[in-house]
Amino acid sequence: MQVDHVVCAFCGCVCDDISVTVEGDRITKAKNACVLGKSWFLSHGTPSDLPVARIEGKPVSLDRGIEEAARCLANARYPLIYGLSSTSCEAQRKAVALAEVLGGCIDCCTSVCHGPSGMALQGVGEPTCTLGEVKNRADLIIYWGSNPAESHPRHMARYAVTPKGMFVPDGRKGRTVVLIDVRRTPSARAADIFLQIKPGKDFEVLWALQALANGQKPDEISIENTGLTYEQLTGLADRMMHCKFGVIFVGQGLTQTRGKHFNTSAVFLLVRALNRHVKFALIPMRGHGNVTGIDNVLAWQTGYPFGVNFSLGYPRFNPGEYTVVDLLSRGEADAALVVAADPISSLPGKAARRLAEIPLVSLDTHDSETTRSARIAFTTSTAGIHAEGTVYRMDNIPIHLRKVMDSSYPSDEEVLDRLLAGVKELKAC
Amino acid sequence: MLKIVNGAVYDPANNIDGEVRDVCIDDGKVVDSVEGGRTIDASGMIVMPGGVDMHAHIAGPKVNTARKMRPEDHRLDPVPRTSLTRSGVGKSVPSTFATGYRYAAMGYTTAFDAAVPPIAARHAHEEFSDIPVVDKGFFVLMGNNEYIMQQIAAGERGRMRDYVAWLLQATKGYAIKMVNPGGVEMWKSLGNTHTLDEEVVGFGVTPRGIIRSLAEAGMELHLPHPVHIHCNELGVAGNWETTLETMKTLDGVRGHLAHVQFHSYGGDPGGMFVSRVPELAEYVNTHPNLTVDVGQILFGDTTSMTGDGPLAHMLHQVTGRKWVNVDVENECGCGIVPIEYKDKSHMHTTQWAVGLEWYLMVNDPWRIALSTDHPNGASFVSYPQVIRLLMDREFRREAIKKVNPKAVAKTALPDLDREYSLFEIAIITRAAPARILGLKHKGHLGIGADADVTIYDKCDDAEKMFSVPRYVIKEGEVLVEDGSIRRETFGKTLYVAPVYDTAVEKDIREYFRKYYTIEFENYPVQLEHYLPRPREVATTGDS
Repeated sequence: MQVDHVVCAFCGCVCDDISVTVEGDRITKAKNACVLGKSWFLSHGTPSDLPVARIEGKPVSLDRGIEEAARCLANARYPLIYGLSSTSCEAQRKAVALAEVLGGCIDCCTSVCHGPSGMALQGVGEPTCTLGEVKNRADLIIYWGSNPAESHPRHMARYAVTPKGMFVPDGRKGRTVVLIDVRRTPSARAADIFLQIKPGKDFEVLWALQALANGQKPDEISIENTGLTYEQLTGLADRMMHCKFGVIFVGQGLTQTRGKHFNTSAVFLLVRALNRHVKFALIPMRGHGNVTGIDNVLAWQTGYPFGVNFSLGYPRFNPGEYTVVDLLSRGEADAALVVAADPISSLPGKAARRLAEIPLVSLDTHDSETTRSARIAFTTSTAGIHAEGTVYRMDNIPIHLRKVMDSSYPSDEEVLDRLLAGVKELKAC
Repeated sequence: MLKIVNGAVYDPANNIDGEVRDVCIDDGKVVDSVEGGRTIDASGMIVMPGGVDMHAHIAGPKVNTARKMRPEDHRLDPVPRTSLTRSGVGKSVPSTFATGYRYAAMGYTTAFDAAVPPIAARHAHEEFSDIPVVDKGFFVLMGNNEYIMQQIAAGERGRMRDYVAWLLQATKGYAIKMVNPGGVEMWKSLGNTHTLDEEVVGFGVTPRGIIRSLAEAGMELHLPHPVHIHCNELGVAGNWETTLETMKTLDGVRGHLAHVQFHSYGGDPGGMFVSRVPELAEYVNTHPNLTVDVGQILFGDTTSMTGDGPLAHMLHQVTGRKWVNVDVENECGCGIVPIEYKDKSHMHTTQWAVGLEWYLMVNDPWRIALSTDHPNGASFVSYPQVIRLLMDREFRREAIKKVNPKAVAKTALPDLDREYSLFEIAIITRAAPARILGLKHKGHLGIGADADVTIYDKCDDAEKMFSVPRYVIKEGEVLVEDGSIRRETFGKTLYVAPVYDTAVEKDIREYFRKYYTIEFENYPVQLEHYLPRPREVATTGDS
């Protein structure tokens, strides 16, 4: 059986043109998908022998698992809910409700990827556009600190570089592509210009470009040791100020290196300054398939996009205090629920160690370091393969996930809903 | 079953002006009589239909980006959870739950979002699912839609109309919205339009052509609320002429002009505003095809959010504050900037006075709706303050003393003695917006109407009275009592589904393949998934 127009929820590109072939109880083909998407469909579309719920590694019924997990979370004084970037908005909405009832903290993968972009938005605003605007209009494409060839393999072909658009009828020929990074990545092959910056020097270059866009002439000394020559700098500024419609795709090379939200604020301010001359936009290269969704759900339910604390009965936001790495590194949380993420293998050592120390409940579609460390682990079905739902593309476009096959596992939404009911009962509210 | 007895009923649609009579409710509707059930003794109280907000920004991508942008605003107004209600934040861009509770606590039971990008309709519906109590719907941005402009330029009027109907169905929206028609498209290359007869570069149409064509399409599709227009040149000195031209363009068809306060300025571009309300209100008074809402500003800090990208950029340049711009493929755009209205400011005082002039100079209250263009002029929670300014001449005179004296002296406001009656307030806050929206079951308490009822304790201070109703009843259930929420329910989503010739889909599909980044098949909003309580409003009526 072939299902068309299927949505790939693996990365922030959220390509929705996949044709999936289901043979028996497994997915055998994912036409149009990139190498990452194909792997996502094929691995999640394969029957699993994991138990639906485990306590201390021993299989138990779903009911028993829910009961124990609800008790574990309800008994905690400062529970943490984390992850949520690879599940549907429907599940995310339940997770926020649960965090509120628990009076705990909820944070998502944003705090370790594009949190600094969110903070730049709070500080200076954000000139942006949807990916279709890039396809239809952009003649200058800049990838800064991102490596789409490996992280978002269809980004260039589907949205930014090769497609023909309304005002870019020649497609690739009508665009100039610039890659700016600290090393020559495989994405450089697709770029017309590669500019290699020295590690930790993005801010200096961004600030000098902003000065040029504002009609000022920065000193040559200001970009000394950045890896760029003055000619390269002014050449880039010139290109930016004389294109028709430019866009900077902001990668984690800016958000998670020295400077963090200073880097993102600098790039946002640069794009703002460029709008004195030409139309210019920026789009953060969001990684996981629905990390943009959790920002949105948190924002509409609480007002804040990540790192939200409910200890006082209402939402509070303070990056550095309620964000996962900081909170765990200080040894603060005394129980955690991790949904659709593997923080034990991805967070810095101190934070990961704390997570492994405390009672941990996990929901995931497959086994990971985190599920193996969890006291109670639930195996769930995959949104976009076994369940419908909503995800937000990196440019905030909401897309409906199709279901292509059945699963014997419950969805994240279902398990979270039952946990919410269980916790409410225990807390008598 | 519920019976409200001994209250003074204000139900303008049924010409009931403060008469003491019973209102009976069964199965969510107003009925002739009931036996048994709860009785509310409303002696000494005022009974009105639930309020209807016909123009606010409460859900969708623009509102949510504004939420993300303004932690400093949220911090001032935390909303704690209770055993019945969810937590959140308030102030200028409230979270979804707080939005529903605060409308309810103010006696409003229906609210419309005024500007949703079609491609993000699903987002607005998702937020609607988390907005409790009120019934809601949204208007669909179409005034800069590239497909529509191309069809108008090609003379393909039938195809354009079919597309509009398809788009309303695909988004589960309620009405055609135009925001700075043509100008937002021009903004995609940093331009704008300045008159109705300028060509939209690359599309061979003019703003006037877009306005007229969409207004006619809205009529031909028998939409309950045919077109909702945010005119060109918002917030620019001298824009009143563009507004007047827009009104003239609507000759012979129905049209609603949103937040007219922002569109009624004389003066030279870039210079001081002067009020041109007398001329515009006179035109509205003599042209029954037109309706307006005001977009009153009140002094204080708020968040400006608009589908009008070039306007937001102008505000950013004027105020120097943080600025969001989002250009949306093939369809529209938006801009967000925080703004503080200051009573010492000549410009802001003029805007404040212009809004009040509108309320006081339109003769027929059935054609003017109370709005602050929430949160652009002020938050919707300040409607009771606007009501007092309209009902209480002395209060208004005191308020006039506190604003920029030179600015207010140049307006007609100090000479306007009109005071709104409770009957007229009931018109501009519920009966008129319901009628303008074509909602036959709302805004009144006749037999068969939705049992959305607000009961106020009678009080000389209108602001106080309208801020904290004694009871709020939604679909026959008492949800608010003595100022606090007693039950959380979720209202319905109102949408239209006009019929069209499906042959148009072939052309739209091809357009999607060329210019969109999502599949035609994945574009329409799934009714069963995103509208938990759908309510289709018929398009075969007498609009």
